[in-house]
Amino acid sequence: MKRFLSVLLVGAFVAALAAAPAHAEDADQWEADISGSVEMQARAFWHDPQWVGQDDQALQGSVVSITEFRWRNEEGNQRASLMPVLRWDATDEERNLADLREAYWALEGDSYELLVGANTVFWGVTESVHLVDIINQTDFAGDIDGEDKLGQPMISLALQRDWGEISAFVMPYFRERTFAGVEGRFRPPVPVDTDNALYESSDDENHVDLALRYSHYMGDIDIGVSAFSGTSREPRFVPAADGQSLLPVYDQIDQVGVDLQYTREAWLWKLEAIVRDGVSQSFAAAVGGFEYTMYQLGNSSSDVGLLLEYQYDGRDEFEPVTISDNDVFVGTRLALNDIQDTAVLAGFSYDTDTGETFVNIEAERRFGEDWFGELRVRAFSGAEQGESTYWLQKDDYVQVSVSRYF
Amino acid sequence: MNCKKLVTWTLVVAVFLGTAGAVFAAEDRGFDIAARSDRTDVGFGDSEVELQMVLRNAAGQESTRALRIATLEKPDETVGDKSLVVFDTPRDIEGTALLSHAKILDPDDQWLYLPALKRVKRISSSNKSGPFVGSEFAFEDFTAIELNKFDYTYVGEVPCGDLTCDVLERTPRYENSGYTRQVSWVDQTDFQIRKVEFYDRRGELLKVLELSDFRNYDGIWRAHKLSMSNVQTNKQTDLLYGDYTFNAGLAENDFVKGRLSRLR
Repeated sequence: MKRFLSVLLVGAFVAALAAAPAHAEDADQWEADISGSVEMQARAFWHDPQWVGQDDQALQGSVVSITEFRWRNEEGNQRASLMPVLRWDATDEERNLADLREAYWALEGDSYELLVGANTVFWGVTESVHLVDIINQTDFAGDIDGEDKLGQPMISLALQRDWGEISAFVMPYFRERTFAGVEGRFRPPVPVDTDNALYESSDDENHVDLALRYSHYMGDIDIGVSAFSGTSREPRFVPAADGQSLLPVYDQIDQVGVDLQYTREAWLWKLEAIVRDGVSQSFAAAVGGFEYTMYQLGNSSSDVGLLLEYQYDGRDEFEPVTISDNDVFVGTRLALNDIQDTAVLAGFSYDTDTGETFVNIEAERRFGEDWFGELRVRAFSGAEQGESTYWLQKDDYVQVSVSRYF
Repeated sequence: MNCKKLVTWTLVVAVFLGTAGAVFAAEDRGFDIAARSDRTDVGFGDSEVELQMVLRNAAGQESTRALRIATLEKPDETVGDKSLVVFDTPRDIEGTALLSHAKILDPDDQWLYLPALKRVKRISSSNKSGPFVGSEFAFEDFTAIELNKFDYTYVGEVPCGDLTCDVLERTPRYENSGYTRQVSWVDQTDFQIRKVEFYDRRGELLKVLELSDFRNYDGIWRAHKLSMSNVQTNKQTDLLYGDYTFNAGLAENDFVKGRLSRLR
């Protein structure tokens, strides 16, 4: 993986250097742009760690830098992007990251796009869990909410027609999920050994994965239908021979998914469903619910949204563990609609089988023109030994982060 | 029926018909003036423009956003235009985009693109009266002003600067508007809207929009400064437009949701 990243990085920088003088000579010819952010992140844990080897410092810090280099040619039909993401964590070296979230070249026509390189793609409509979204691997060490992603090497072709958009993806290289190391929080009793991942395919991470997606809308209904065949982004785990770590196992799966949204007045009705031919059997999973927004509450400029989603997952114990198997999610979203874009999202998940709960509060606003602040509170409770969030029970935390954009 | 009663009834009927006739005439005249103004714009095809949005609070503190707007004309007056708004600054929302397929009376179709997650989200367009990105412009002020979204009444004519303006009252025909009525000033020379007053749901004056710095692009007029002042909060938002590019070769496929992740 490191070699793959270096090749991409070096290639991209050589291209950028070769391009730079031409750009300086004739600024009208093409457009290039550099932007990015540096984020300082502090997490405070209020319980002592649960597992042997975890660092017991209550306060843990990290720095994340995201840089975006973007280029577009004179005709406007070719573009390139390079987006290195670097993370340094003061506590857990497994949380350090050097990734290319984007490193691609794309050719656009009136009704098609061909893209070669690493990219990030999102599919889906729901808020509490993203079942259909499968192209990119999750940077789980970065954030346990599953919304941080790693760049996926691909060749993709998208065709736009009157009746919708068809996209095809060929993915020649697999990205392993990131996990906390022995010192880090959010890990099982023994750490995940990411250096010794196991694969069902004899091609290991070089198995060529394929995906296809259709996306369109008809009046108030947005629809997406997708299919995937290849290496599961979710691993299951087997104990290492010495019992001191868990080895991730990435199986071959086939999955079809559908996502639907019906937008009517202030209501968004959402459904995502998948059927997966997994490790031992085929199973279905679904998440559905609504988002209802009360605009300009009490004659103010603030909007308050109410979210309710139900999560079902029919997988058995041989499949990768999910925490979203029979859970109800309720949430509220407050947007002040002020100059600073102040917003708060508060959510509560409840497992109707086991009584496990998860509270998640995220508040954010801009300061001045270039600074951005974010506060997160996450707390777990109600899990007993053997249940899916038991290993996180002592990992409640508050996170404050400040980002400077440039 | 004696003579006196007949005269009285005749008068009553005459006054009624006269009033009704005047009302219809005022409505017809109002619509005609609005239509003449709207039609000065017909045939622009498509346009692209960059602009600065300057937000100012009551204490005079300023905040600036840079954005780009692309518009595709739908010449049929019973169908709305398509538009794409992309933010360049503040940097934390760079690449955020709003795609709108405007309708006349039905709610618009709108999608929001969130670049951090690369997520396209269909959003409710019933939020007509909500502030657009924290500004004094509501969504309904910002999306394309279509002729048939309003009923019109002719009010009279007044001097406006060096010009003479027809004054029209227009009432929204679409649902969820934050306004009971708007009063617009349309000049009699170039038929351009120079000023609009917005009255809130309680019928009180809420905002005043002034349009200035008009420039003519081969027969198509565009205002390059739009100042919206909220008279109730003393906040103000200015939109400062750069030069428009017309006939940039935009097509239907530039205004589909699949395009949103390819804008940068």
